[in-house]
Order: sequence, then C-alpha cells, then structure tokens
Amino acid sequence: MELSRRDAVAALAALGIGAGAVGISQVGDSGSEGPPEAELPDDAHVEAVAVAVAEVLYPSAVTGVDEFVSEFLSARLSREGHSDGVREAVATVDDHAQQWHGEQYVNLDDNTRDRVLRELGTDTAEEDPEGTVAERVRYYLVNDLLLALYASPTGGELVGIENPQGHPGGTDTYQRGPQ
Amino acid sequence: MTESANRGQERDRSPVPNADVCVIGAGPAGGLVADSLADEHEVVVLEAGPRFDEADRLERQERAIRPAYDRPDVWEMGGERDAHAASGEWFYPLNHARVKGIGGSTLHWQGMVMRLHEADFNSGTERGVGPDWPIDYADLPPYYVAAERELGVAGGADNPFAPPREQPHPMPAFRPSYSDSLFAEACNELGIAMHSVPNARNSEPYDGRSECVGYGTCQPVCPSGAKYDATVHVESAAEQGATVIDRARVEQLAHDADSIRAATYTTPDGARHRQEADAFVLACGGVEIPRLLFMSDSDQFPDGLANESGLVGKYFMDHLFAGVGGILDEPTRQNHVGFLTSESHQFYDDAGEDIGPFKLEFFNYAGPSPVELALTGEDWGDDLLERLRSEYGNHVAVGALVEQLPREDSYVGLAPERTDDRGNRVPDVHWHVGDRALRTIERANEIQRSILEELGAEVTWTVGPDETGPAYHHMGTTRMGTDPADSVVDPACRTHDLENCWIASSSVFPTGGAMNPTLTIAALALRVADAVDAALR
Repeated sequence: MELSRRDAVAALAALGIGAGAVGISQVGDSGSEGPPEAELPDDAHVEAVAVAVAEVLYPSAVTGVDEFVSEFLSARLSREGHSDGVREAVATVDDHAQQWHGEQYVNLDDNTRDRVLRELGTDTAEEDPEGTVAERVRYYLVNDLLLALYASPTGGELVGIENPQGHPGGTDTYQRGPQ
Repeated sequence: MTESANRGQERDRSPVPNADVCVIGAGPAGGLVADSLADEHEVVVLEAGPRFDEADRLERQERAIRPAYDRPDVWEMGGERDAHAASGEWFYPLNHARVKGIGGSTLHWQGMVMRLHEADFNSGTERGVGPDWPIDYADLPPYYVAAERELGVAGGADNPFAPPREQPHPMPAFRPSYSDSLFAEACNELGIAMHSVPNARNSEPYDGRSECVGYGTCQPVCPSGAKYDATVHVESAAEQGATVIDRARVEQLAHDADSIRAATYTTPDGARHRQEADAFVLACGGVEIPRLLFMSDSDQFPDGLANESGLVGKYFMDHLFAGVGGILDEPTRQNHVGFLTSESHQFYDDAGEDIGPFKLEFFNYAGPSPVELALTGEDWGDDLLERLRSEYGNHVAVGALVEQLPREDSYVGLAPERTDDRGNRVPDVHWHVGDRALRTIERANEIQRSILEELGAEVTWTVGPDETGPAYHHMGTTRMGTDPADSVVDPACRTHDLENCWIASSSVFPTGGAMNPTLTIAALALRVADAVDAALR
C-alpha cells in the first residue's frame, strides 16, 4: 500500500503542524556525510537516517516511504523544541552504528539496522522526551515515525480504520459497515 | 508549544475601576454570565488559569495520543498551583477532572448535554431519597432552550424518555454509528429502546464554528472547534467590552456584614490586586468555590463566607461510571470518532429508594485506538501490524452514568497542613459514595451484560461497584434551598448570607440525577445573569 503526500499532510495535522507548514524547508541531498562529532546532524542526514529507520519500523506492505518521511520530517524539523530532539536521536543511532558495526546507519543492511535499534533498547523503552537515551530515541525517532504512519489514512487502512485518531477524516466513516 | 504558564507575563492584569460585576472563573458558567451581562454592565472576569493559544490545539492533541503524557498534561494541570488532597474513603483524582484556563473544563469535556428529568428536581418526593430542589423542571425550559442555543446542541426528537421540549434542538443529531446498528438488533430483542444523544458538537457549521471533522480526540481536546467550549462565550463577552484577566488567582473575598466588597487576587508577577464590584458571581466549580469561601473566613464568619448553615463544601457528589465490554467475531468499526451517538434512558425513571437513576451509553470508541497501540510494545514492522490487526476492530462496550446521593460525610474542605505555591491551603476532596449508587451500578451491569450476551459478545471486562470511578462532575457543595439553615444559596442561586453574591455552578445542585450536568449548569448560569441584571437596575 503506497504512502502518499496526502498521508504525510494528514500525519502532520495529527502531529500539530498544519498543512501550510509542509514543504517550507525542503531537505537537501540525502547523500551527505555523517554529522561532525559533537554537532547535530543536518537536515539531509536526519532524513536519510529517518528513512532507513522507517524502513525497519514500517510493515513490508508499505511503499513510498522515502517521500512520506521526507515530507513529514521537513515540517517536523521546523518545530521549535522538537527539532533538536530528533537530531539528537539520529546522532545517537548513527553513533551506535558506527561504534558497534563500523558503518553509518544508512549503510547497514536491514537486519543490522533492526539490531541497532534493539541494542539501543528502543524496543523495550517507553517514550519519554526527557528520559534516558533509549527513551528519547523512542520518543523522537521511533514513535514519531510510527505515529506519522498510523495517524495517516493509509496507515489506518492497513489496520482496518480509514479515519484513525488524529486524522480529520470526517463523520462518514464511523457510520459505514465493513467494506 | 511553549507552556502557557510562561506566556503573557507582560499583560496588564490590574483591576477594573467601577466594575458592576466581577465573575470568578471563566468556564461555561462564568462565560455565559459574563456574555449575558457585558452588553449592559461593566464586567470583569478573573480566571486562575491561562488563556491558551488556539493554534496549539494540534500539539495538545498529540499529547492526548502519545503515551509520554498523562491526561492532566494536555491542558497543563498539576504542580504546586493545583496541589490537592483526597482524604475520603474513595480517592478523587482532582487534576484529571478539571482544567484551569479560559474555557475551563469544557476544554477537555466530552460535550454531552441532556436536560435533567422532571423527577430529578423532586427526588425526595418522587424517589423517597434526598432533598427536593427548591425549583422545578417547569422553571427552567426557557433557560434550557437558551442554553441549547448558546452552546449549539445537535440533538433529535427520538428520545421517548426525555422531558417535554418546546422546540427542536438547534442542529440535527449525529447519525447513528455502525456499531449502534449492531446494538439495535440486540436491544430490540430485549425490548430496550435506543435513541440519539444531544451533543454540544456541531453536526453542521454553527455560530461561526466548523462542523465536526472527526479528529477522534474529543476528550480531552477538539482541534477543530466543533465541540463547544467556553472560550466562545468568554471571547464574546470580551468583544462586548468585558475585561478578562487570566492567571488571576483569587485568594480571598473581602467583605462586610452582608456583602462582598472585593476579590483579592494575585498575578504571575507576584503582585496582589483588589477587584471591587457591585455584584460577584462565583463560577469556579464545585471544588474551588467552597475552597474560596473557606479561605475568605474572618472574625465575623469564622467558618467561612456564606457558611452560616455550616453546609459549604458538604454533600459533594459525582456521577459514577458503570460499564461492560467485550469482543465480537465481526468488525465493529470503533474509534473513528470520539463521541457517542446512541444512548438509552429507558431505566432512568424507574429510580426509587434502593436503585438510583442511570442512563446507558453505547460506545463508539470501545477497545484500543490503533494509533495509541502502535506507540507501545516491543514490536515493529510486520509484527506490529499483525498485533494491531489482532487487537483492533471487534470491541464493543456499553457504559452508564449513575447517580450518587448527597451525603454530609462526602465533602470538600481545606487540607489541614498542605499549602499551594502561594501559601494557600489546598482543597481536600473527601469523597464517599454510598450503597445506593453501588447497587445501581450492579443493576446497570446486569442490563449491560444482557445486551452484550444478546449480541453474542464475549464479555472481557466489567466496571462494577469495585472498579467504578468518577465522571468528573462536581456537584452539591453549595446546595440550593429555601431555608438558610439547610442550604447555602436561595432558589435564585444567591447566597443566603451575602446580598451581592451569586453562585453559577453545579455546586448548587441539591441532588445530581444521572445526566451530564453542563446543560443544567448553563441554564442556571443564564438564570443567574437575569437575576444579577435585575438586581443592578
């Protein structure tokens, strides 16, 4: 099932960023190098890592992940107070990948990308924007991406709900029976 | 989102000279009183909480969905400002139950707006328990009509158990849900009549606000503004010339022998101000109103202001929840919207001495929301999707609201030792429920279980007498009556002891019925506005 721009816009609506904010700060070439030490990664690197993480988190039936994450992230990174959290989470994931597996996260295969997230403890952590490293990565990266997908119409339809919570999908669908 | 507490430091929060009316509290009661009087009178509204930025509502919605946040975090409740105690037999989660700010608790409410039944006004006579109200249902229809118009109520004429109406609701009712149709078959077999629900939620554009667009997070936040909240009337009052001062925490009512002279309040900069007025309307809810009256004690009124009866704070009531839920072997289409479309009031007027009134609610949001489910757990990818599909989609539930009788040992007082960040003693909700309410919950459970069994559902949970909790409706703590010895306010909601002090709140309810109270709060607030207007002329 293909994620569309409409899904990204819908996800942004659920996450507190209006459609008007979408695309105002388009990220650049995703082939950039990793972040300099002690500096937060730039938009392009954040996007590349986030896409790589989303490919682990999202079900295999989903396509169009690159464009969806790019659209979603460009607005998400413009939110004051949230942007640094996302960048720090990406830096954490990348740093761990480099130290334990000798590669940037984006260059790892799918299984190793999955392992990195679990080695960091983000699978068992509860999200907390002010918590441990694992809890912050869960909040700013893992759950941000899961929330974006499952608050979108396409993500909802995967589960069987066309109007998931957070999406302003109108008042028709609740009246309909199963299709 | 910048926390609202950090905003607006620079606003002018000084008192208004020559004010006619000072309204304390900017929820639905205070908003309606202020809006009604602002055209003809100099009105000032003092609100303890902030003026929230409407542009932040989507971010508040995110807080409502994400597991990192508790319910009080959505509207910034909690901390030392909102410290409280709960010394009763039953714990009371006060900061889950209220919002401080322009709009008050309507910012997080569900938005259900039924009229009380005629018998609710005569519980002692009709049901053999509790006091009668000093007013009857017949006294309120013009105010109920006005309240329905002001709030914007979407409702139908299909409820055979509702009290008589004079005219249709301002908007048509929301259409039944798919799961309502499943319940209808079972209820038909059992002889239980279902009907629509009056919602303070736009089923079509109304009063300059959007129709519902289905965000599904009604409680605790509606980003579209389709659900009524009291910012509507507070802002309308301001447009007519009322002065609305946010983050103005009233700590004392200065008074003489028979009237209030001024409300003393503090502002974020630590300054203390004194707002004088000819009339005062207390509209800060069933917990903060008695707290303020207690904090205003004096040599003349050592037990608290307006408390010659000794009953301020007494008879604290809430509605209790009862529910049964289960799963079907077919899709039930839950969690598309966050409001109810069908109820049954069939058993409401069977109430008597042993069993109280209750109403049944057919849920449209039974079981987990897939979005919220996706943010917990240790799985992702295909495994997560498989879990979401297995856990979402076939839940059903029937809820109920149940009346609690007034009891003198259920009360709001001041905690003996604990103070807030300004050194004021915090409220203590000393909540006792009583056996009749517990028996009523059991009765509601019996009916709920029979419906689910008829539906062919496997029952997976029950909220019965041991698991029940409050519906966050604070009632009874300044009860209305004709005799100053056994009530705090008179039938016009003016305090017996102070000639220029009215109370607009469910705190004046002598009994609670089992209907959500806000429409009656609104009707009584409009009636208070008329009384204040007449007194000022």
